[in-house]
Amino acid sequence: MLHIVVCVKQVPDSREIRIDPKTNTLIRQGVPAIANFYDMHGLEEALRIKDEIGATITVLCMGPPPAEKSLKQCISLGADRAVLVTDRAFAGADTLATSYVLGLAIQKIAADFGPVHIVFTGKQTLDGDTGQVGPGVACRLDLEQLTYVYKVANIDMDNRRITVHRLLEDGVQVVETKMPVLITALKEMNHVRRAPLPGMIKAAQYQPVVWTTNDFPGIDRKQIGLKGSPTIVAKTWVPEARDINTEYLEGESAEQVATAVLDKLWETDLPERFGWQAEGEV
Amino acid sequence: MAEEKNKQTQADDMPDWSAYRGVMIVIEQRDGEAKKVSWQLLGEGRKLADKLEVDLLALVIGHNVGHLAQEAIYHGADKVYLCDAPELKDYRTRPYSRVTLQVIRDVKPEIVLQGATATGRDLAGAIATHLPTGLTADTTILDVEPHPSRLLLASRPAFSEKMLATILCKQYRPQMATARAGVFEALPRDTSRQGEIVPVEFAMEEAEIAAKVLEFIEATERFDIEDAEIIVAGGRGLGGPEPFKLLQELADALGGVVGASRAAVDAGWIDHKHQVGQTGYTVRPKLYIAVGISGAVQHLVGMQNSDLIIAINRDKDAPIFKAAHYGIVGDLFQLVPALTEAVRNKRRLTENVTG
Ligand SMILES: Cc1cc2nc3c(=O)[nH]c(=O)nc-3n(C[C@H](O)[C@H](O)[C@H](O)COP(=O)(O)OP(=O)(O)OC[C@H]3O[C@@H](n4cnc5c(N)ncnc54)[C@H](O)[C@@H]3O)c2cc1C
Ligand SMILES: Nc1ncnc2c1ncn2[C@@H]1O[C@H](COP(=O)(O)O)[C@@H](O)[C@H]1O
Repeated sequence: MLHIVVCVKQVPDSREIRIDPKTNTLIRQGVPAIANFYDMHGLEEALRIKDEIGATITVLCMGPPPAEKSLKQCISLGADRAVLVTDRAFAGADTLATSYVLGLAIQKIAADFGPVHIVFTGKQTLDGDTGQVGPGVACRLDLEQLTYVYKVANIDMDNRRITVHRLLEDGVQVVETKMPVLITALKEMNHVRRAPLPGMIKAAQYQPVVWTTNDFPGIDRKQIGLKGSPTIVAKTWVPEARDINTEYLEGESAEQVATAVLDKLWETDLPERFGWQAEGEV
Repeated sequence: MAEEKNKQTQADDMPDWSAYRGVMIVIEQRDGEAKKVSWQLLGEGRKLADKLEVDLLALVIGHNVGHLAQEAIYHGADKVYLCDAPELKDYRTRPYSRVTLQVIRDVKPEIVLQGATATGRDLAGAIATHLPTGLTADTTILDVEPHPSRLLLASRPAFSEKMLATILCKQYRPQMATARAGVFEALPRDTSRQGEIVPVEFAMEEAEIAAKVLEFIEATERFDIEDAEIIVAGGRGLGGPEPFKLLQELADALGGVVGASRAAVDAGWIDHKHQVGQTGYTVRPKLYIAVGISGAVQHLVGMQNSDLIIAINRDKDAPIFKAAHYGIVGDLFQLVPALTEAVRNKRRLTENVTG
C-alpha cells in the first residue's frame, strides 16, 4: 500500500505578531500556535489520495512537546499515525539542520512502518518562510523533488510513477517522474476539509509516537540544532517607516488639483519617455 | 534604519576561505529568455564584486542559450560559465543541480545568488543541502563586509515584513542567498563590455534523469505588472469592483496598467495578479499612483522603490503619504476622473498641435 509522509510544522501565527513600538521587539505573548497552513494542504492532498486509491498517512513534526496539538489535528482529519521528533538538542535549527533531522526521521518511519512513496511538505512556513526544507529533505533522502505543486494528476502504482502540475510564475509545468518523490504543496492545491466528529474523538485519545535523539543511534550531533545551522541571525530591526518629503498638491476644485499634478508630471522626463509629448517640445 | 549596523564582524573565528573568490549569479531562463531578476542580480552582484575586488561570475544553463552568456556580459558579468545541452532544455532539478554543483565545486565562488522564483528556490534549496552550506531565502538587501571578513550581509523580511533580519554564514562557503525579483536594479545593457565565456561539459545521460517534462502550459494572458513602467493602483477606498474602471481609464490615458492592494484583491474586486506588496508583486515603475490605499507596510515594501509616487487619499494622516513624493488629500471619485480628463486634454492638445 502507498505510504505517504506529511511534514507539518507548528508555527506561531506570524500574522498576529505585533511590534512593541517602544522597544522595537516582537510581542510573542498571546500569539496562537497553529499548524502551518501550507502543510495542511499537503495533508489534504494525501487524504484525497487515500480516499481515491488507498494509502497510509504518517504525519511528522519536529518541534517542542506542545506541537502535539497540530499532530492531533492531523489525526482528527484522517491521518493514520503521527510522529513527534522532539529534543532540546534540536532547538535553534535552521533549514539545513531541520532537513537533516526530518530526513533521519523519515528513514526511521520507513524502517519501522514500511517504505515511503510520497513525502509532502508545505511550500513554506509562516515563521521560517524559506521554502528550503522541502528541497533539503528531498536531497537528504535522494527523492525526486517536485516543488510548487498544485495538482497531483496521476499516480501509477504498477510502474511507481507520478504526474504533477507545478505552478511557476509564467505557467504550469507538467512533470512525470518515478516515486519516491517529495512534493511541496501550494494552497491552490485543494480545500482543507473539516474534521468529522469521529475523527475528533479519535484524536482526543491519540498519543503520537515520540522520538528523541536517543532513538537515532547514528545521529551526528554536529549536524543538529544551533550547532548544525550555518546561518546566523546577526541582527533584526524594524524598518523605519519611510518619510520622504511629500509635496501636497491642492486646489479649489478637482480640476485645479489635476492641473497641478500635470504640471508636476510635465516637469519630469515621463511625458517624453512615454510619448505623452510635452508642450514645450512642439 | 532604527538601529546602528553592527560593528565589523570579527574575522578571527572563521576558517581560511582564501580559495573561495568571486560572486556568482545563477541566470534563470526559459526557452532562451532570461528572467529579469537575473539581470537585476547581476547589477547588484557587480556592486558586491567591486567592493570585494573580485570577478562577477555568471552561470548559464539550458539548451541553445549561448546568446544569454553574451547578454550576461553586457549586463555586468566578467566571466560566464555556459552549460548548453539538449537534456537541459527544460528546468529539471537533478540535471540543473548536477551542473551547478560541479561549477561551484570547480570555481569556488565565495557568494552564489539567484532569484527567489519557484525555479531559483527549487535549485538553491537542493544545492545548499548538497554542498552543504547556509542559504538565506528571499533577501531584499545585500551587502558585503570588506576584506578580511568578506561576509555577505543578507537581509530579508521576517515576521510578515514587520521586521528585517540580517543573516550571516560564517562557517561554510560559498555563502548562498535567493533574492526577490523587482528589488534590485539591472545595469543598462552595455554591448561594449568584454568578458570571457567558459564552456562547461554536461556529464549526464538522459536515462539517468527520471523526471520528464510532459508539457509547459504558458500562463494565458500574460499580465506583467512587474514589468510595467506606470501603475495606477487601487485599494479598499474604491469600495467595490466598479471604480477600478476609473483607474483603468487613467492608466490607459497614461499608458500604464492597474495594480491593487491586498484588501482590494481579498474583497474579490480584482484578480491577484494585480496585487502589489509582500504577498503580491514587488514593482519599481517610473510612476506609481496609489488611490485609496492606506499604505500598510506590507503594501509599501512592494512599491516604495518606484521612481515617482503620487498618493490620493482622503485621510491626510494615511501612512501612504510618507512614501509619496506628491500627495493629494481628497475624494478619489472626483480626483481620478479629473486627472484622466486632464491627461487626455493635454495629450489631445499636443497631438493637435503636432499633427
Ligand atoms: C502576511 C501579510 C501579507 C500581506 N501582503 C500584502 C500585500 O502583498 N499587498 C498589500 O497591499 N497588502 C498586504 N497585506 C495587507 C496590509 O496589511 C493591509 O491590510 C492592506 O494593504 C490594506 O489595503 P488598503 O490600503 O487598500 O485598505 P485600507 O487600509 O482599508 O485603506 C483604504 C484607504 O482608502 C482611503 N479612502 C477611502 N475612501 C476614499 C475616497 N473616496 N477617496 C480617497 N481615499 C479614500 C482611506 O482613507 C484608507 O486610507 C498583508 C498583510 C499580511 C498580514
Ligand atoms: N520542524 C518541522 N517539522 C515538520 N516539518 C517541517 C519543519 N520545518 C519545516 N517543515 C516542512 O518544510 C516546509 C518548508 O519549511 P520552510 O523551509 O521553513 O519554509 C514546511 O511547509 C513543512 O512542511
